[in-house]
Amino acid sequence: MRFRTCLLGGAALAILGACGAYALTLRSSMAAITPPSQASFDKVTVEKGAILAAIADCTVCHTAPGGEPFAGGLPLKTPFGTLYSTNITPEETTGVGSWSLEAFKRAMREGVDRQGDYLYPAFPYTHYNHVADDDLAALYAFLMTRRPVKATPPPNDLIPPLGFRPLLAGWNLLFLDEAPFAPAEDQSAEWNRGAYLVEGLGHCGLCHTPLNLAGAEKTSKTFAGGVAEGWTAPPLDASNPNAARWSVDRLTAYLRSGLDAEHGVAAGPMGPVTHGLSTVPEGEVRAIAVYITSKMETGESAQQHGESLPAAKPLDNAEEAAATHQAGAAIFAGACAGCHGTGAPMSSDGRPSLALTTDLAADDPRNTIQTILQGIPELAGQKRPLMPSFAGVFSDRDVAEVTAYLRVRFTDQPAWPNLHDAVVEARNEGEKP
Amino acid sequence: MTLTLNVNGQTRSVEADPATPLLYVLRNGLGLSGPKYGCGLGQCGACTVQLDGEAVFSCLTPLAVVGERPVVTVEGLGTGEAPSVLQKAFIYEQAAQCGYCIAGMIMRAQALLDANPSPSDAEIRAHMEPNLCRCGTHMRILRAVRRAAGSKNAETEAVR
Repeated sequence: MRFRTCLLGGAALAILGACGAYALTLRSSMAAITPPSQASFDKVTVEKGAILAAIADCTVCHTAPGGEPFAGGLPLKTPFGTLYSTNITPEETTGVGSWSLEAFKRAMREGVDRQGDYLYPAFPYTHYNHVADDDLAALYAFLMTRRPVKATPPPNDLIPPLGFRPLLAGWNLLFLDEAPFAPAEDQSAEWNRGAYLVEGLGHCGLCHTPLNLAGAEKTSKTFAGGVAEGWTAPPLDASNPNAARWSVDRLTAYLRSGLDAEHGVAAGPMGPVTHGLSTVPEGEVRAIAVYITSKMETGESAQQHGESLPAAKPLDNAEEAAATHQAGAAIFAGACAGCHGTGAPMSSDGRPSLALTTDLAADDPRNTIQTILQGIPELAGQKRPLMPSFAGVFSDRDVAEVTAYLRVRFTDQPAWPNLHDAVVEARNEGEKP
Repeated sequence: MTLTLNVNGQTRSVEADPATPLLYVLRNGLGLSGPKYGCGLGQCGACTVQLDGEAVFSCLTPLAVVGERPVVTVEGLGTGEAPSVLQKAFIYEQAAQCGYCIAGMIMRAQALLDANPSPSDAEIRAHMEPNLCRCGTHMRILRAVRRAAGSKNAETEAVR
């Protein structure tokens, strides 16, 4: 009897404890407001917000393919399931029209929506918490003056129990760094501006830093490179294989045009990033480049940055590659050489030789394979190379053959192992959920 | 070397290097002049054919990757006397001006209709995006695809 009482008492205590822990995770709902009129926002602030939104690339995640801008619904494939981005147009019931500036700031800094529900950290509040008050107010003014669109994204499809949002309170406790942005006193104003943009709104680290098992950035490996949507996000530190050939001028131009004559084209998820940055004033992008370039510096290459390097002489082991990879050579000749062959007209006008691309020199073949499968799509309003997708033309074996050939012909790096498996995996990862 | 291809439902033997783009063999070896040489770089779509049901740029498709997969050119859809539903719709809408892009347009549209018999307007536009028409008859081309997609009874409905 006493034992049973104890057991019951224990169970009751456990339930109470769990309720207590749950109660600690609860966040208050903030009062809904009537959507403010567009005229209530100052035009200069809205314009400033537009630039900040381009740096943060809000529209890339918050717009579904072919959908209304900022109306959400884009599927985001994560190791934990598929998330759908939310509607951030100022529509009252399905968007953020009823959000006050205070509610918006809380979402940006703490990852909690107006109603008090936790947001998933695919939304980069882990970076946005470094953004200054007046910049958040400008972003708010920009979003609240967009066209309201009534649209509800599909429900998230996450592995259990991750659909239970209060769990994120624990995640935030472990991984949300609430320290405000602190400028480095020994660095220039431009470097600090870059640091502020990169670590805050730009949220570059979310793709370019490896993630831990809980999907948070490994803070010990900031900018050591990561994976995003089936593409490798190359390291932005000294381990980048082509770090020495980046200078502030080159990186600024690349970020605004999506193309660099000694590195290649911004493909995959980086394409839209450069598309957004093409609308941002050059000074802001240059500040980003100053900061990132400093991260890529090592003892040896440090002196070279900022100076113009002698033009790299592209490697071309054509004969060796043709002898060792006959099938790949035939595919290259028939499908690729029109643009990428020696002397091809498409290899001029600032388009790099394949021997200079970061992807072919990388440790893993992921980006080379994805570029072949998905191509480099057109981005409205941006003049840059267009490469067709070969996903429907090449079998997995064909992609593996031509990738192996490219590696031998245009690099002096060791062959990539298990290419066929890598192609199968890349096809899976690149598929839209 | 001698290679065997499956073109418009027939087995054809061609004498060619495996690196040869499919387009050259179709036009020069097999006399199928429907697919056109436009840019040779996969940027215009004039050379579009169906490979295993998918619309591909035949100018960038080496024979080495074709293998046994069926190839369909515009000649495989219908004839001048008996055009296919899609071809009839293109004629009805007078979607061709100079006509150079049209065989490619038809083949890309056919790949869409095979996979999705009633595409939305947005789906048609997104699917047709790789193919260019320098005369500017895109609106008529879209109408033709819509018309063919609307023909529920594909074989019997004569285009008025």
